[in-house]
Amino acid sequence: MSLSPPDLKLHNLYSERDERVLFAGLSLSVSAGDVVQLAGPNGSGKTTLLKVLAGLSSRYEGDIYWRGENLITQREDFRQHSLYLGHGSGIKAQLTALENLRWSCAVRGQHVADADLHRALTKVGLGEFIQQPCYSLSAGQQRRVNLARLFCCPAQLWLLDEPFTAIDQRGVAEIEQWICDFADNGGMVLLTTHHPLSLPRPLRRIELGGAS
Amino acid sequence: MGTSTVMFAVLRRDLQAALRRGSEWSNPLLFFLMVCSLFPLGIGPERQQLAVLAPGIIWVVALLASMMATDGLFRGDYDDATLEQLLLSPLPLYPLVLAKTFGHWLVSGLPLSLLSPLLATILQLPSEGLAVLMVSLLLGTAVLSFIGAIGAALTVGLRKGGLLLSLIVLPLYIPVLIFGSAAVKSAIDGMAYLPPLAVLAALLMAALALAPLAIGGALRISVDQ
Repeated sequence: MSLSPPDLKLHNLYSERDERVLFAGLSLSVSAGDVVQLAGPNGSGKTTLLKVLAGLSSRYEGDIYWRGENLITQREDFRQHSLYLGHGSGIKAQLTALENLRWSCAVRGQHVADADLHRALTKVGLGEFIQQPCYSLSAGQQRRVNLARLFCCPAQLWLLDEPFTAIDQRGVAEIEQWICDFADNGGMVLLTTHHPLSLPRPLRRIELGGAS
Repeated sequence: MGTSTVMFAVLRRDLQAALRRGSEWSNPLLFFLMVCSLFPLGIGPERQQLAVLAPGIIWVVALLASMMATDGLFRGDYDDATLEQLLLSPLPLYPLVLAKTFGHWLVSGLPLSLLSPLLATILQLPSEGLAVLMVSLLLGTAVLSFIGAIGAALTVGLRKGGLLLSLIVLPLYIPVLIFGSAAVKSAIDGMAYLPPLAVLAALLMAALALAPLAIGGALRISVDQ
């Protein structure tokens, strides 16, 4: 195990915004089972880093390697195995939770049976709200619809941007448990949050914006 | 999961979302209806005068209605971040964008074309031109949807992209306007209307082949900030 290269490796990453350096010389290796928390004050580049990794932003210098190869040549494979949950709601308000989830899976090229979508929605606590249009759900419930993607789109790497926003206390504990289970099964998680995480497993913290 | 299945899923969601929020597709259509029916009031009900102007009027108003509709093509997806999911798909962007644009045409260009004979009658368009008008609009609005989608993709990241969108898109609409209204005029005058229609069809083929690439690239640029 220890001889295999890390699945995700950042080497000397640099990014700036409006001539302000967000991060410089950032190097990081992530292997199966790692949970990495990106910390730092608002505007320190946490979201930017996740977007760079997801492939939504090209505003960086440096190298990113996915399974030993340069990420630029491995985009398709990387997209297949990573799941990015951004700031936005990620759901269409007019559609039901089930319809939203079905679309999210289809866009990833995965056909998921309705029973599995039901199971994912039940797992995030929305079992009774499957057929309701999302605009009638609360902010926290809408967030949960988006989180349900974690359980119907198989992936090896989760990129979670503030997954705890609008989630109640019990929900936070649940998500922490999901992250743990996922890492136990060999998954990798990079997440940004201001919550103090309490995971029953080693957690790595990367502090961004320390220079300013 | 085959590409066609994915395209169908994208199309289906867009149609569901559009039909449940009626304003998205009904506003441009109402605009088309109202502006066209204003012309007889402004110009006067003289049959001959209206008949001469009708092809041009209908086509220009269809152009503006189509532009109105395109502004929202990617805006909703951008705001609720489902656009990010589309861009992060491991599948090529081409079929996904194609399905989205086609879905947009189904709720904007198609109803507008189907409604056009009614407005043509209000505008006293001679009956020989009716069928050609509808066919030219069916082909033309599809081209307009593709061109408009490029503009919408380029401006989706801007807070007030509306005016910029019209500056980008309107000059590109001109060929469609010229050949579209020319086809209708030829039909009324009893001349060959197939050549301008063929040019419209050729424009559509070119748009089908190339526009999705431009739309996909523009979307990636718009999200990358």
